[in-house]
Amino acid sequence: MMPNATLFAMAAWFALLIAFAYKFIWPPLMTAIDTRNKKIAEGLAEAEKGKAALAEGQKQKDAMMKEARQTATEMKALNDKQAQAQIDEAKVQAKVEADRIIAAAHAQIEMEKQKAKEQLREQVAALAIAGAEKILKREVDAKVHADMLSQLKAQL
Amino acid sequence: MSSSNESAAITPSEYIEHHLQNLRIRVGEGDFWQLDVDSMIMSIIVGVIGLGIFWLVARRVTAGVPGRLQGFIELVLQFVDDTVKDVFPGDRKFLGPLALTIFVLVFMMNLMDLIPLDFVAKATEAIGLPHWKAVPSTNLSVTFAMSFTVFILIIFFSFKAKGVGGFVHELFTAPFGASPFMWIPNLAINIIELIAKPVSLGMRLFGNMYAGELIFMLLGLLGMLGGVFTAGSIILSWGWAVFHILIILLQAFIFMVLSVVYIAMAQEHH
Repeated sequence: MMPNATLFAMAAWFALLIAFAYKFIWPPLMTAIDTRNKKIAEGLAEAEKGKAALAEGQKQKDAMMKEARQTATEMKALNDKQAQAQIDEAKVQAKVEADRIIAAAHAQIEMEKQKAKEQLREQVAALAIAGAEKILKREVDAKVHADMLSQLKAQL
Repeated sequence: MSSSNESAAITPSEYIEHHLQNLRIRVGEGDFWQLDVDSMIMSIIVGVIGLGIFWLVARRVTAGVPGRLQGFIELVLQFVDDTVKDVFPGDRKFLGPLALTIFVLVFMMNLMDLIPLDFVAKATEAIGLPHWKAVPSTNLSVTFAMSFTVFILIIFFSFKAKGVGGFVHELFTAPFGASPFMWIPNLAINIIELIAKPVSLGMRLFGNMYAGELIFMLLGLLGMLGGVFTAGSIILSWGWAVFHILIILLQAFIFMVLSVVYIAMAQEHH
């Protein structure tokens, strides 16, 4: 049960293993872990930055949207006003045109009426003469009585 | 763990004695100058396997996405590193690998305890070896080899932190003060304290593993009675092995932490 010379051999082996771990195992593994930790930390910082940039972008987007909406509203109002003005103008023009057409129609009607009256007058005169001729039995000479006839025509 | 039904030819005490014998060769006069070949070979095998896995990973380690093996190795490494960091706030360039070596080596040695002990005995008997203890940490020479290596490191780091003069000065003046009357008691206490560290460290591991091994043997003896006792022996051995998983990890952890604590203490000024 007492320790024997194995002690020295095992101490040497143990020391050898420690030296091996010190030289070949610990440094590369620790370097790798530290490097990865650094990378992760950097990645997280980047993500944080990205998040901030995203929020900033969102804010910008909102502002731009608001502005665009406002512009659109303004433009729509302006457009409506212009359209209304155009409609009004068109209405006025249409009225003018309608009035003009109505006036022209009235004038024409008046002219037609005058013409019809003239014709009617002549026809009545002719009819009167014919009637008189019949009454007087050829005693009326158109040439002789022309003066009287035109006087009669004018009275109608 | 014993499950074989031994022949009735050997007595229980012979069975125990057989399993407690190391394979020894004599290298000089007296009881001290013998080498326990089985413990040495097993230590070398488990050391090569244990640290070999770490070395394989360390050779093609990547700082990118680690594979499963590398992930596991890094887990162990981080665990050791964190444990050392808790105890020792300074530079871990040496204490880290030291703690890792202790943890892996002690764990691997203890792990051999889970191999059923009659399997090992039968296998080695088959190739003509009269004795073979598979668990190096049940050998006091092996545990003392490690604890006294730690002891040398304690002395070394004391010298490094305080200088030889400062260390000797502390031997005489702490903990009772610098009065000349106290030199002798101080020295006595300090020497006892210094020696107690490696002795308790080595004895603790040895005692735990030796006792565990002994219980496996007693359960194996139960199997020698035959019949229902063989089944009982197998079940109880299995139960003890499950419980033993805890012990082998715990002992490896304790050995590691205490070694680091002692070396960290050596660098403190009183």
